[in-house]
Amino acid sequence: MKIFVPLDSAAKALGADDIAAAIQREAESRDLDITVVRNGTRGMIWLEPLVEIETDEGRVGYGPVSVDDVPALLDGKLQSLGLVDDFPWMKGQTRLTFQRCGVIDPLDLTDYEAHGGLAGLRRAAAMTPQEVVEEVTTSGLRGRGGAGFPTGIKWNTVLGAEADQKYIVCNADEGDSGTFADRMIMEGDPFTVIEGMAIAGLAVKATKGYVYLRSEYPDAIDIMEKAVVLARKAGVLGDDVLGSGLAFDMEIRVGAGAYVCGEETSLLNSLEGKRGVVRSKPPLPALEGFLGKPTVVNNVISLATVPVILEKGAQYYADFGLGRSRGTIPMQIAGNVKYGGLYETAFGMPLGEVVNTVAGGTLTGRPVKAVQVGGPLGAYMSAEKFDTQFCYEEFDGQGGLIGHAGIAVFDDSADMLSMARFAMEFCAIESCGKCTPCRIGSVRGVETLDRIGQGDASAVELLEDLCETMKDGSLCALGGFTPYPVLSALHHFPDDFAPAKEAAE
Amino acid sequence: MADTATTEIMAAILAEHGDLEGPMLPILHAVQAEFGYIPNDVIQIIADHQNITRAEVHGVITFYHDFRDAPAGKHVVKICRAEACQAVGANALSERAFEKLGVNWHGTTRNGNVTLEPVYCLGLCACGPAAMVDGKVVGRVDTAKLDQLLAEAGA
Repeated sequence: MKIFVPLDSAAKALGADDIAAAIQREAESRDLDITVVRNGTRGMIWLEPLVEIETDEGRVGYGPVSVDDVPALLDGKLQSLGLVDDFPWMKGQTRLTFQRCGVIDPLDLTDYEAHGGLAGLRRAAAMTPQEVVEEVTTSGLRGRGGAGFPTGIKWNTVLGAEADQKYIVCNADEGDSGTFADRMIMEGDPFTVIEGMAIAGLAVKATKGYVYLRSEYPDAIDIMEKAVVLARKAGVLGDDVLGSGLAFDMEIRVGAGAYVCGEETSLLNSLEGKRGVVRSKPPLPALEGFLGKPTVVNNVISLATVPVILEKGAQYYADFGLGRSRGTIPMQIAGNVKYGGLYETAFGMPLGEVVNTVAGGTLTGRPVKAVQVGGPLGAYMSAEKFDTQFCYEEFDGQGGLIGHAGIAVFDDSADMLSMARFAMEFCAIESCGKCTPCRIGSVRGVETLDRIGQGDASAVELLEDLCETMKDGSLCALGGFTPYPVLSALHHFPDDFAPAKEAAE
Repeated sequence: MADTATTEIMAAILAEHGDLEGPMLPILHAVQAEFGYIPNDVIQIIADHQNITRAEVHGVITFYHDFRDAPAGKHVVKICRAEACQAVGANALSERAFEKLGVNWHGTTRNGNVTLEPVYCLGLCACGPAAMVDGKVVGRVDTAKLDQLLAEAGA
């Protein structure tokens, strides 16, 4: 009998390792023939640890399972949740990027291939670089890290650049609060990331890749490092990728706790061993990136989506989505929600449906007050904006951004003045220091918000002005976008700033 | 001046990582894994090996939150301060930790057992408030769980 117990960090944080050990112990004492497979998570974090037992009908789920439930689980007496594939949460999704996550053993390359893995890389190896780039361009894939730049166009620039060495850099510095898609796929299906990078390498004629992985993710680092060794052993990486005669190899590099290194140019500086200070553009990293060589810098999810595009075809992928947002988006539902986790679906779902239906509203049962989409630099959306469709342009039109598609929900106990203050404080802590509006402005922003909190209404105008300066005068999104959460809190939730104003009048 | 033991350890670390493309972060991580912090007397050794100035090495070390210039307590407890965890009570949890440990962020308890650090997202945003004790993740940390974690760490 096969029993699946996730090894994902979120499952571990809720006790999955203890469950796996208890199942092993119990099976040995009963002399049962049981194989415990450590899979990734299916993304239903509210059910973790979600244990699955393989049956003739399919995989039956149990969760959340505690150590005390293990004897009953093996007796077949524990109440099941039914077939996992039939859960409404799973059935409602279109899983393309995450098709294997939670299904397979993350470090079993045979299992990976049996579920469609390496088909994309094989197809790419038989195509010309130009054809691969065209395929990715046709799919409409845009940078999933937040900027939304068309991936195929970036690749085309690197392909066209002449150099003795080119690089693929995978940005796995997923620092945005409310986001965990990168971590989840690196832990649950690391070969997808490796395959995506190898395809990128063949497409732009780069032979070397780096994954810049944040130090806050020790479990993901461990799994990715093991996966790279296995991929190299199996000939997926190396001098002769899958017998194509083409070379591509890669290394995992660990960050050191600086949020700003998620910005591509500071990431490159950090990877080179320097302070993670932002570089001004031009030159584009596509032309002068890592060590001054042409470099593709793509987010984990962008790269992990490339294999399915090559496997199923660009048009298949592009047929999902809305407007200029093509394909699927893995939304990460977080914060104060009943059903938190990862939900991959075609672009276009209204925000309200995500929050009220998919997430089931708040965990506390209190009304939703604000939803921050896109991490610490994303706007706070009020319920009035719940009809906004989940797409790049639609969110932009509402003064927000989808960023890395993290959705942090707050109930009515949230104080938006203190959330705005936190945004400025965070910017002050994490600023690389290059641009004055970010370095100094964020410190002044904290002080100005404290004045507003103490009832100084005149400080509101100053805050607006400061935010404009930060927006216009910062090189990267840290200083440039911190005004989003601050101003959206101020404009959409004036009551939280008003008592102070009234007190002053 | 580094003592003989330090010099030997550094020679091994530099031999292992020194020839990588962009070796500085791998070197510093290895140094911190070995000593628990970045000792002042290894800076010159790294600078000489990489043919850069002492100031440049210092600049890199001080830029990143991860690198310490002094040893931490026996256990490092990190509590997430980011928005998704705040939405489910991370601030109250931090306050509780300050009170229990008698220190603020980056502080170490008087008995040297626990260092408290803030962390901005552990990717456990759907099961917050989240914490990490010596690299081990913990989700849905309530007051009772925090007290237990701190007690286990010898606070």
